[in-house]
Amino acid sequence: MRVPPGVTPGDFADAIKQFEAAVGKDWVFTSDEDVDLYRDSYSPFWHEDEEPIPSAAVAPDGVEQVQAVVKIANAHKIPLWTISTGKNLGYGGSAPLLGGSVMLDLKRMDRIIEVNEKNHYALVEPGVSYFDLYRYIQEKGLKVWIDPADPGWGSPIGNAVDRGGGRTPMRDHFDAHCGMEIVLANGDIMRTGMGALPGSKTWQQYRYGFGPYVDGMFSQSNFGVVTKMGFWLFPEPEAYLTGTVTVAKHDDLIPMVATLAYLMNSGIVTGTTSVGSPLTFARQDPALAALYAKPGGPSTQELEQYAQGKNVGYWSIELPFYGPAKVVAAQWEHAKEKFSAIAGVKFQEGATRRFPMDPKDLQQFPTSVAVGIPNLSVFGVGGARSEGHVWFSPIIPMTGEAVIEAQQVFADAYREMGMAMGPLFFLGPTSNYPRCFLVLFGFPIEHDVEKNKKNRENFKHLIRVAAEHGWGEYRTHTAFMETVMDTYSFNNHALLRFHETVKDAVDPNGTLSPGKCGIWPKHLRKARA
Amino acid sequence: MKNARTVLFLVLSLIFAGQALAAPDDSQVERGHKVYDKWCFPCHGTGSGKPGTASLAARGQKPAVLEERTDLTAPAIKTFVRHGVLFMPMFRKTEISDAELDAVCAYLTRNNKPQ
Repeated sequence: MRVPPGVTPGDFADAIKQFEAAVGKDWVFTSDEDVDLYRDSYSPFWHEDEEPIPSAAVAPDGVEQVQAVVKIANAHKIPLWTISTGKNLGYGGSAPLLGGSVMLDLKRMDRIIEVNEKNHYALVEPGVSYFDLYRYIQEKGLKVWIDPADPGWGSPIGNAVDRGGGRTPMRDHFDAHCGMEIVLANGDIMRTGMGALPGSKTWQQYRYGFGPYVDGMFSQSNFGVVTKMGFWLFPEPEAYLTGTVTVAKHDDLIPMVATLAYLMNSGIVTGTTSVGSPLTFARQDPALAALYAKPGGPSTQELEQYAQGKNVGYWSIELPFYGPAKVVAAQWEHAKEKFSAIAGVKFQEGATRRFPMDPKDLQQFPTSVAVGIPNLSVFGVGGARSEGHVWFSPIIPMTGEAVIEAQQVFADAYREMGMAMGPLFFLGPTSNYPRCFLVLFGFPIEHDVEKNKKNRENFKHLIRVAAEHGWGEYRTHTAFMETVMDTYSFNNHALLRFHETVKDAVDPNGTLSPGKCGIWPKHLRKARA
Repeated sequence: MKNARTVLFLVLSLIFAGQALAAPDDSQVERGHKVYDKWCFPCHGTGSGKPGTASLAARGQKPAVLEERTDLTAPAIKTFVRHGVLFMPMFRKTEISDAELDAVCAYLTRNNKPQ
């Protein structure tokens, strides 16, 4: 049997017996065969001793069992690593950061406690997936939408506390939450917002409650175990309309993004969109491929000439609109008026979808997450033979100047690293979050030690390059959490020092998810230079 | 080291292909169908946005939709589910229990011809 670091085999055996008494023998996993199922399927450490492999897994079925498990771990100073559905692939999957941790697997806590159609909210447990919640709503015929993350097997709670994003007007998943239930490291149970008021009638409707608002401290953190969470849902709209805007010249990006920012910040465009280029997806054209193959790559002028000759445009943005059919049509007209200030701009209106959609149309809807329908299509991103990926994902300003600068900076960085920044693995910049762009770079994972070592070095290099330009990651794989947190270093890491102060106060034995986002308990903390 | 899980897939396919299987009972098949719909269909089903089906098709597996196969075997299915293959992750017992996995195997082998 594997043993957690700093724990004697005897103490661990005693803890395992207590875990079994708390959750039932069937739900404590200790054999290598069972525990290996918690390894990260997209681990950047495949076949290396550095891969953090757990020592055991415990799967409680309710909040009282979570309290019991946490108390046992605290008494034995056993590190726990919490997962919800455990499908955070690309950001760490179901594996811990600290090898030897005991997995606290909340998948069995899969109750949908309430979906309220009148006030448009849901209250769920961590093991509920987007698929589960969507099916529940469909079976009951409720007129509300969820906002799924790209992978539908993810957990609304897990994704929100990791600050994931989606596509609909509720796309900022942590921002869309309202009320939490949390088990603290000492086993105490706490409800936030209006949930602190016994018998509250508005736990999922007024998020702040009274006094300091602490919910954010339980996102991307290791201060507690979230066991329930409320989410605001989007009332099923009458229609969804998309319209594509295309501009001809490279520098048109600057007024184009300025107009997009105006429309988004005004509440005219309320869903996720991204800046794309027909020149990225036309690379299979031999004429364009030849341009890209030139030493030093094509000049901006050559690309503009190619775009003009092919009549494809240099940049494009697909705008999503949600609401009554007359309103979305008017919003699209307003957007066209605003973009018409750019000479040569072109518009293409997509089909207007009406809801509820015909089930036959649903099956073939290519971007169903944009209309609140979960799927798994994102896993095709690396191609048919992909063995997984991790995401490098910095936030940049929502300006054309920033997009151009980021493209240049990261292209140079990729060139320095001897890697091609191919079109496949550059997604975005996207507007999953208000007022900024998220840029996603996929790093392939392979069962090849040397390639993975090189990719890890390159990933860390990109983190540092981004930070030098004022861009930070919104989220990262467990392998890079320390490196990313190290870049958030204002005033001698004042923010991290505050996190550590909180950690020492609320989890003095350091049992909850040690190392999460670079926050280590005192006994495992390394001295900073 | 190259593509170790693909090699595993090929070896298992060769070892287990054509193994005679006892005909599964209907209730087990029905239960397996439900588990399949929940856990497997979103990636391996028909329609757009099914990366498992797309991957199998791109790699020349025919038919690419698992439900239409008549050559899958229980040991191979269990290996894929518990170990993953390519970008398909492994699945824990809190997601798909051993009993549920047996039922999925019954469902996906229901049309195999006895040998």
